[in-house]
Amino acid sequence: MSEAPTIEPIQDTENVHVVAIRFAGDSGDGMQLAGTRFTEASAIFGNDLATFPNFPAEIRAPAGTLPGVSSFQVQIADRDILTPGDQPDVLVAMNPAALKANLADLAPAGTIVINSNAFDERNLARAGYPANPIEDGSLDSYRVLSVPMEDLTKQAVEGSGLKGRGVLRSKNFFALGLMAWMFNRPIDTTLEWIAKYYGKEPDVKAANELAFRAGYNLGETTEMFRHTYTVPPAEMPPGTYTNVTGNQALAWGIIAAGQAARLPVMYASYPITPASDILHELSRHRNFGVRTFQAEDEIAAVGAALGAAFAGHLGVTGTSGPGLALKSETISLAVMTELPLLIVDVQRGGPSTGLPTKTEQADLLMAMYGRHGEAPLPVVSVSSPSDAFFATIEAVRIALKYMTPVILLSDGYIATSAEPWRIPNLDSLPDISVPFTTTTNSEAGFLPYLRDPKTLVRPWAVPGTPGLQHRIGGLEKEDRTGNVSYTPANHELMTQLRERKIAQIADDIPEIVIDTHADADVLVIGWGSSYGAILAGVRRVRNNGHKVARVHLRHLNPFPKNLGEILQRYPKVLVPELNRGHLWRLLRADFLVDAIRYSKVEGRPFKAAEIENKLMELIES
Amino acid sequence: MTSATSYTRQDWQTDQEVRWCPGCGDYTILASVQNFMADLGVDRENVVFVSGIGCASRFPYYMNTYGMHGIHGRAPAIASGIAVARPDLSVWVVTGDGDALSIGGNHIIHALRRNINIKVLLFNNQIYGLTKGQYSPTSEEGKKTKSSPWGSIDHPFNPVSLALGAEATFVARTTDMDRPGTQEILTAAYRHQGSAFVEIYQNCNVFNDKAFIALTGKEERDVNKINLAHGKPVVFGPDDSRGVVIEHGTARIVDVAEVGLDAIYVHDATAPSAGAAFALSRLSHTPVGPTPMGIFRNVERTTYESVLQQQIHDALESRGPGDLRALIASSGTWTVGE
Repeated sequence: MSEAPTIEPIQDTENVHVVAIRFAGDSGDGMQLAGTRFTEASAIFGNDLATFPNFPAEIRAPAGTLPGVSSFQVQIADRDILTPGDQPDVLVAMNPAALKANLADLAPAGTIVINSNAFDERNLARAGYPANPIEDGSLDSYRVLSVPMEDLTKQAVEGSGLKGRGVLRSKNFFALGLMAWMFNRPIDTTLEWIAKYYGKEPDVKAANELAFRAGYNLGETTEMFRHTYTVPPAEMPPGTYTNVTGNQALAWGIIAAGQAARLPVMYASYPITPASDILHELSRHRNFGVRTFQAEDEIAAVGAALGAAFAGHLGVTGTSGPGLALKSETISLAVMTELPLLIVDVQRGGPSTGLPTKTEQADLLMAMYGRHGEAPLPVVSVSSPSDAFFATIEAVRIALKYMTPVILLSDGYIATSAEPWRIPNLDSLPDISVPFTTTTNSEAGFLPYLRDPKTLVRPWAVPGTPGLQHRIGGLEKEDRTGNVSYTPANHELMTQLRERKIAQIADDIPEIVIDTHADADVLVIGWGSSYGAILAGVRRVRNNGHKVARVHLRHLNPFPKNLGEILQRYPKVLVPELNRGHLWRLLRADFLVDAIRYSKVEGRPFKAAEIENKLMELIES
Repeated sequence: MTSATSYTRQDWQTDQEVRWCPGCGDYTILASVQNFMADLGVDRENVVFVSGIGCASRFPYYMNTYGMHGIHGRAPAIASGIAVARPDLSVWVVTGDGDALSIGGNHIIHALRRNINIKVLLFNNQIYGLTKGQYSPTSEEGKKTKSSPWGSIDHPFNPVSLALGAEATFVARTTDMDRPGTQEILTAAYRHQGSAFVEIYQNCNVFNDKAFIALTGKEERDVNKINLAHGKPVVFGPDDSRGVVIEHGTARIVDVAEVGLDAIYVHDATAPSAGAAFALSRLSHTPVGPTPMGIFRNVERTTYESVLQQQIHDALESRGPGDLRALIASSGTWTVGE
């Protein structure tokens, strides 16, 4: 062995505060998996992070083409960050199409790690490259690390037992191993995961392990990868953390809300991107007593959830925009029957089928007004993946306490992206239970529409309760008795009662507090998933010595009581939204303020720099 | 669920004025349902009636039970939610031919195939009554109505065939006029574990009078009504002179004297295959001639909610009661110290 060349560790490591990496490849290349594994390893290492998965609507678009490119961006940092990063510092490109589709986003002088085996004539032609960009000098302004990942994967997995084309499927683990080396990630987390996840397929398990190690070892032994980066763990508040996606947190929020309300949960849904993962997650947990019901369509899903609510369960349905449209008639029935119901809308790009896998905030006005007749209901929004947990509990609290359907707005970005979450003290969750009515409420017998004089809430008497048999339905109800009534004055009264009941919820939600830069000239107000980008943009503006006040709304109907007064205080009010101005219109209509719209509808989230630039424009104008 | 209290029909009535047209077949059906419920001694608070939209769908307002008058076509979906959440309740759907077979066609077939424990009473009057007289999915071809002055082009559904094709485990047919027959079928439907589908021919004396005269007319019914009785040869007509044979999956009507009683089909509502029941249902597409009435099919199959309950039970056995903290931590955690 003495004659073998010794390999000196030739690593030189640079400490960086924050770095964004984008894994990009064909839909079948396993980039979502590679990105997710890198994220988990970074989370457990202790970095703060944020992710942005971006994938096509087609399960397998034609291989090698631009529409088939799938990517996963993750930003890791040693401090509190709010977004997955405006532009990646490192791009992993598994084929020419992935390079072409993502290069424009890469930071100037950024690093490109290329799977050179995929840059053959056929793939170059499919991506529309007249010449090989690795060779023609067009990438000279970047740091290009060209690696024959497929050849090296094939060599590495020899002996795993895997044969044929299956071998190449491990190349995502090779790329992941290489990134683990470049960013000094602990490898145990990933190896443990491979062992657990592929435990039942020993050859696949072995191949993925070998490929992962080979990628890592290539970095260690090749001069090309001498320069590595370390992102130290972030300073985060003490506690136990986990990494969570929005759909996961929302599903857990539903379970938690059921527990906090002491009600069994019935989740009825029809599969739809990007909401299906909520159904998948809840379906696993029968031991929580959760009943999931995959209905025949969107209408049946909300119908079953409403039926469960009538029967005394926590009825929940989840969908995306096209499904919300289909559910609207039943939601109106829930308004008329005044039953508690949670409707989750994980928004996506529209109209129609639109951009099923991309994000947008363009269902707000549908949530507010998308029903026939006067049918007001509360609207609550989710700001980030982990926030989905708490927003869901809040939406359920309102639904139960005020006997009303509530629409909870999440979106595709929140649904699929991930962030670290300090696991809350579950014992301190609020008690949101409401008692069923079990005794008659008047001398004339049980009156299902006899309201609490203060909250205007009607009693919830569930089937099985002796003596309280009653009938509800979609025909206009007579005040107090709930009998069918077509009397003009009664319809006017009931319409106003339903409206007041919802409006009064403003007394039961927190007022807005502006704790930083309350004396600024510019107020930026947002809702939903733009939370991270807006706050990051605001921080940059403040770090540059400017003042800007910020409001991020959770409750979109009713608004917090002091919102109007807050808006009047600021000469300039900016409303960034991933739509053509939904909140902007509501604010102008409700409060007569000349708010400024900042709209983006590209199917992807705001970048912090976009918010920063827009704010600077306003501050300097 | 059966009560110790003894009820009368009055106990099942509400204080609401019944608002169907005078002479409507719905009145008779309401009386049959109230009578059968009283006879059975079910507790009113454990019964839920759900309906959609249409004349028939006003039904829940007149039953002193829990009830929801829903939206057009969606009653099976709402009822499914109630039954899945609360298997302890007796859940009934009242619907019509337009409600169940047109706007709600999707929901009815899926509720039946899932075998959710709901009892569907389809009041079939072969017309849209509440919207004042358009042809329905069960109207005969060529029917002249307000929306089909040249005659309806649509080929009608045969509701019993549809229910059998939708994997229903209990399928029956009766008429509004036949109160004893209806009550007998309702009792069997109530006792059946799973979805029950009962088509009730119901006369709309305003927009489609005498549509079922072949089965309800004093003279006509003796010739046309084929009473299905489990385990008995299917014979009908004066002195049971006519009968049904089933050959190669097709039923046809014969003179018993010609073929002999042994050749006549012996009805088996519990047959594993729905084939014979389906063949019987094809004897009359719209009831203008000999038409089988009674229970076509009554078989056992696990109900949706019983399997769901079992899954919950099994999950509790194998994993213990859900621990939310453990669930949240299940995908890996890390700890940041003070």
